[in-house]
Amino acid sequence: MTASRTLTFHVFRHNPRDPDSVPGVRDYQVEEAPGMTLFIALTRIREEFDPGLSFDFVCRAGVCGSCAMLINGRPGLACRSLTGELPADISLFPLPGFELIADLSVNTGKWMRAMSERLQAWVHAAGEVNLNEIEIAMDPELAESIYELDRCIECGCCVAACGSAQMRPDFVGAVGLNKLARFRLDPRDDRSDAEYYQLIGDDSGIFGCMSLLGCQDVCPKELSLQTQIAFMRRAMARQGL
Amino acid sequence: MKDPDSFLLPRIDRWPARLDLLQSASGLFLGLFMWLHMLFVSSILLGNDAMWAVARFFEGYFFFGSPLPWLVSAFVATVFALFVTHAWLALRKFPTHWGQHMAYLRLMRAMHHEDTILWFAQVITGFAMFFLAPVHLYLMLTHPELIGPYESADRVWSGRMWPLYLVLLFLVELHGGIGLYRLAVKWGDFKDAIAARRRLKRLKWSLTVFFLVLGLTTLAAYLKLGMEHAPRVGEPYVPTWQRAAS
Repeated sequence: MTASRTLTFHVFRHNPRDPDSVPGVRDYQVEEAPGMTLFIALTRIREEFDPGLSFDFVCRAGVCGSCAMLINGRPGLACRSLTGELPADISLFPLPGFELIADLSVNTGKWMRAMSERLQAWVHAAGEVNLNEIEIAMDPELAESIYELDRCIECGCCVAACGSAQMRPDFVGAVGLNKLARFRLDPRDDRSDAEYYQLIGDDSGIFGCMSLLGCQDVCPKELSLQTQIAFMRRAMARQGL
Repeated sequence: MKDPDSFLLPRIDRWPARLDLLQSASGLFLGLFMWLHMLFVSSILLGNDAMWAVARFFEGYFFFGSPLPWLVSAFVATVFALFVTHAWLALRKFPTHWGQHMAYLRLMRAMHHEDTILWFAQVITGFAMFFLAPVHLYLMLTHPELIGPYESADRVWSGRMWPLYLVLLFLVELHGGIGLYRLAVKWGDFKDAIAARRRLKRLKWSLTVFFLVLGLTTLAAYLKLGMEHAPRVGEPYVPTWQRAAS
């Protein structure tokens, strides 16, 4: 552990709601501490140098997905990034492709909600569901594989790392395709592949994916995005035959 | 319960799926064909007679007793059509306006992510091939009989085609190798996708290096032959055994 390092943070600063704010980068120097994460470093910067610095945190444990940012150009969660694994110069920028709230804080929630509504990312049952009845038991293995895809925390890293999404803002991203792969697995969702095709069967959906796999490589939850996207692509391509 | 706001059209537009499949299928065919093409062309390294036999084989010489160059023309026309189709389909993915270029370049510079960089290499090599590949394709379409040890060597050296072939070699091997790798990760159903991708990437680079070395050696062989044959440019090659018989 190199506890004696002095870290230099180059942090993007801009508040779009302040008419006097000019986008720029401000530098801060922080003494590295053992086991320091970017969350700890940013908190120290805010406490010691710059109380006006905006960044989002809730859980500090890689569960809520709100602290995603560009760390030396690569999307990642600040709370899960140890400074010890980074060089002494660290640049922090907000995730591209999302509405900027201020500094490192972006409105991923707005993007995710719009995507979820567009993809109708909820269970669609054909008949009336009687909530007083006991649910039909699900095969544990199937439940496990649905849960595996449900681990997505909607942090936005996959969207920020995606060449398609950066060029074409209407692309649903790996997060959206993973969501539909999850509902397609779910036996409680009665939608057919033709109905899923209506949602993602074009260049803003599955066929817009160019398989650069930035999503797979940055996903902090290590979701099997390459597998899920290929799975949806094969299913949707069959609709074209 | 079905969401009352959900509105699904009774018919789906199958074309986006078909276009995606067609782009992949045409790329697969062209990529594999270019690897085979390299192997056939490199037959010159086994000697002039070997290359002559390969060239005549594709003209049906060993089936019909005489060469039918139009067979080659017909095949070239098919490849040309697939090339145009593939180029048209790939255009859908190109960054078209400046904002898209900037967004992609920004991402590429910031991320240092190999597959993201490789895709841009495909855009550049693909774009260059729009202009360079048709030169060769047109020659092969209109002069299919001019494929042979002396004929090809004359085209390479005396016909001053070697700079084009040198550039095309790198364009094709980079573009095709990356494309075939991407097809595998795009469609493949792997048990362990991460390990499979690592292996595919290694295989991709090994094949690219192999075909580049083979291609450069082959081009050097044609250049040498073309220089030696320059005084008798235009003279067709007659295989050793036919010379002995006459």
